[in-house]
Amino acid sequence: MTKKTLVSATINGEETEFLCEPQQSLLEVLRDGLGLTGTKEGCNDGNCGACSVLLDGRLVNSCLVLAVEIEGRSVVTVEGLAEWPRLHPLQKAFAENDALQCGFCTPGMLIASKALLDRNPHPTEAEIRAWLAGNLCRCTGYDKIVRAVQAASGE
Amino acid sequence: MANNKNFSVIGTRPPRVDAAEKVTGRAKYGSDAQLPGMAYGKVLRSPHAHARIVSIDTHAAESLPGVYAVVTSADLLSAEERAARVAAEDWGFLAACDQTLAHDKVLFAGQPIAAVAARTPTLAEQALALIAVEYEVLPAVVDVLDALRDDAPLLHPGLRTRSLAAPSEQPSNVAVYAQQLKGDPAQGFAEADVIVEREFRSLMVHQGYIEPHVSTAEWNADGKLTIYADTQGLFAVRDQVVWLLRLPMSDVRVTPLEVGGAFGGKNNSYVDVVAALLARKAGRPVKVTMGRADTFLGTGPSSGTVIRLKLGATREGRIMAAQAALYYEVGAYPGSLAGSGAHVMFGPYVFPNAQVDCYDVVVNKPPTASYRAPGGTPATFAMEALVDELAEKLGLDPLDFRLLNSVRNGSEDLDGDLYHHIGGVEVLEAAKAHPHYTAPLAGPNRGRGVAHSYWGNWGARSSCTITVNPDGTVGLVTGSVDITGTRTSVAMQAAEVLGLPLERVKSSVGDTDSIGYSDVSAGSRTTLATGTAAIRAAQDVIAKMSARAATIWEVPAESVTYQNGVFAVAADAEKRFTFAELAAQLPNTGNTVIGVANVDVGEWGASFAAHIVDVEVDPETGKTTLLRYTAVQDVGKAIHPSQVEGQIQGGTVQGIGWALYEGYVYNEAGQMLNANLLDYKLPTALDLPMIDPVLVEVPFPGHPFGVRGVGESPILPPPGAIANAIARATGARMTQLPMTPAHILKQMGKI
Ligand code: FES
Ligand code: FES
Repeated sequence: MTKKTLVSATINGEETEFLCEPQQSLLEVLRDGLGLTGTKEGCNDGNCGACSVLLDGRLVNSCLVLAVEIEGRSVVTVEGLAEWPRLHPLQKAFAENDALQCGFCTPGMLIASKALLDRNPHPTEAEIRAWLAGNLCRCTGYDKIVRAVQAASGE
Repeated sequence: MANNKNFSVIGTRPPRVDAAEKVTGRAKYGSDAQLPGMAYGKVLRSPHAHARIVSIDTHAAESLPGVYAVVTSADLLSAEERAARVAAEDWGFLAACDQTLAHDKVLFAGQPIAAVAARTPTLAEQALALIAVEYEVLPAVVDVLDALRDDAPLLHPGLRTRSLAAPSEQPSNVAVYAQQLKGDPAQGFAEADVIVEREFRSLMVHQGYIEPHVSTAEWNADGKLTIYADTQGLFAVRDQVVWLLRLPMSDVRVTPLEVGGAFGGKNNSYVDVVAALLARKAGRPVKVTMGRADTFLGTGPSSGTVIRLKLGATREGRIMAAQAALYYEVGAYPGSLAGSGAHVMFGPYVFPNAQVDCYDVVVNKPPTASYRAPGGTPATFAMEALVDELAEKLGLDPLDFRLLNSVRNGSEDLDGDLYHHIGGVEVLEAAKAHPHYTAPLAGPNRGRGVAHSYWGNWGARSSCTITVNPDGTVGLVTGSVDITGTRTSVAMQAAEVLGLPLERVKSSVGDTDSIGYSDVSAGSRTTLATGTAAIRAAQDVIAKMSARAATIWEVPAESVTYQNGVFAVAADAEKRFTFAELAAQLPNTGNTVIGVANVDVGEWGASFAAHIVDVEVDPETGKTTLLRYTAVQDVGKAIHPSQVEGQIQGGTVQGIGWALYEGYVYNEAGQMLNANLLDYKLPTALDLPMIDPVLVEVPFPGHPFGVRGVGESPILPPPGAIANAIARATGARMTQLPMTPAHILKQMGKI
């Protein structure tokens, strides 16, 4: 059995310590180790965006990040978006604009959209489409997702 | 119930009842199941498309520390049981077992061979690598036309072609053959002034749900099994598990969790039985998760096809005759989809004379499954591309030509059945009247295309209970997994009947112990059939509460009415209860009331769609860019218009993926070369314009509010519409899906 490493990081604003094996991805540790199952696995090879999280404010696919790499860094997942019980404007906009069906891509879409709005508070439709190209949604055809991001950016 | 009355809940757009859970990441999907002591399961799959299994050695895997169980086909069926089934010629059962864990032969690359449960997913994968399987590789057949040749390898030496005639004498790779004949096609072609004919091909495609299949199984000490499933049908999973593990139905409870996309692909159970076997052997709960490659290789895609089609029309534009041959790959085990394809492609128009030959052919590829309008998309592509070419040859507007030949109420389909209450003409006229159709389309290399389609909704069996709470809220439970927002759309129908605001109706999906049998959430049936069950259950609540009010008031039950949220007796203004007031009385006047309905909706309702698309084709690279897209559809009655739009937009984009990007690519040995989401391209936000949905409402008489199924239709027109737009842009006709840049350049004569 591989020896485990102790990792300290800030996850959704909270100081967190966990043990992980060196080959474990951040996605696996979030979901199986820390119980943060809001972040989803659709491919485990960087091609669907369902596992999107923010790492020090940057959008990453958590399936492509090793858990040991987040030592001393800060991670935001979908569970960290709302200032409970107040939903994040993007979460509200997604709910109100029917921007989800199965909802499996939704956590990743929300995180990716937040990364976009943090950089560019009023993106055009083309900018939204380009930014979200790494996040696959098979249910919605993206239409209502793009509109929800537009709605949230108006706030 | 009139269709034109003023509704208070139906037709509004409240946030879906599962929205808050989903946007906060709290919703629990199949893949989120976590049980104490749970082990992780993985499946070993055949790398070969056709091979005899000589031996399987699991010893090394079993002795890896942290491995709790390894199972093979021997754990599913003992040698004696197998011999008995063989003696009883129970081929269906044996084939289902072989697709769960192969016994002596594999028929497609990706077929399960063995499975492991271990402490971590990584350990499970390491253990898989330690299982030694010896194969004797056999020649594979991967192309549908090759499989028809006399010298083709036979997948099932015992397979005889099923048709209306006696089964074939010789074994064959053709599982099903069907012919339909109407009128006199030869005569019809003789009377035609213009005849067009082409061969169309399409590749296998996958439903592409973002959550791969997963199942978590737990055995109680009393021998009862619970499955936390990722499925379109809790009862479908139960029935599969009960069938293959030979258990009493009462010993298996299936609890559906949230489903991360399905589109027909989760009608079938792939890993539930494996999870149950592993969990029994390991003595602990086991979650079996498929990866993305497993999902491409080991679940059912939609058929690859070859379709030959010939159409003839008079100079005035009347279609006189059609001849078609449809060859559908059904994958490694017998199935049938070609008949559905034929039914769908011939649905929109009147054909006085036609001959259709359908062949369902087994090949060494994954057994096919349903995918949104199963069988219909490649067939509609062929018909719509050729109809368009015919219109062009005749110098007629493509929508006018379709209108001229469109089926109407009273028209006969190929089987001789008559259409009634259909909205095909309304849909075509709405497309024609839409500003998109007449908007200028300036610029070189641009073209506008249209396509039309026919589909229908399945009805089938649904169950619903509605329990009245003393505070005047109700709890609504159905047996229909919510894959499209049906918890909301079904609850809206009950709320409408009960005269309650939607917030007072808590809507959820039960498990197999707590709710009556319900068919899979598929076939565009749930809002319609489960909605019907909810309406009947709500009516049952009202009847039972009216009876209770009558008892309290000591009046005959018939004298109690319920209107605008009030129970009353016409003759006595004193006798009056709001819903909530009477609900509060229930506990002390004989206990609560539960409305129950178990329905079987039998009527087939047709749903037509017409799409308009503008494209620009780069003549150097062959790349197609979509500029504008409009999707018109008859939805009967939109319960939740925004969810209906979402179905149309999502289905259309799946059709666009089928048209331009998607397809299983195989080598000659039958190995899939693109089993990942990089090489198998799904449409992204960047590839698409807005999809503008137009809802036409021609009520369907088979539902109290006129609902038609809406989920499946929108996938049908895109390939034809895009092909026709490309033809207008380039002057070249497309004959293959996906219409890759290479295909477009080839058709343009550039390569
Ligand atoms: S799971 Fe990480 S990109 Fe798909
Ligand atoms: S809502 Fe299902 S994948 Fe996006």
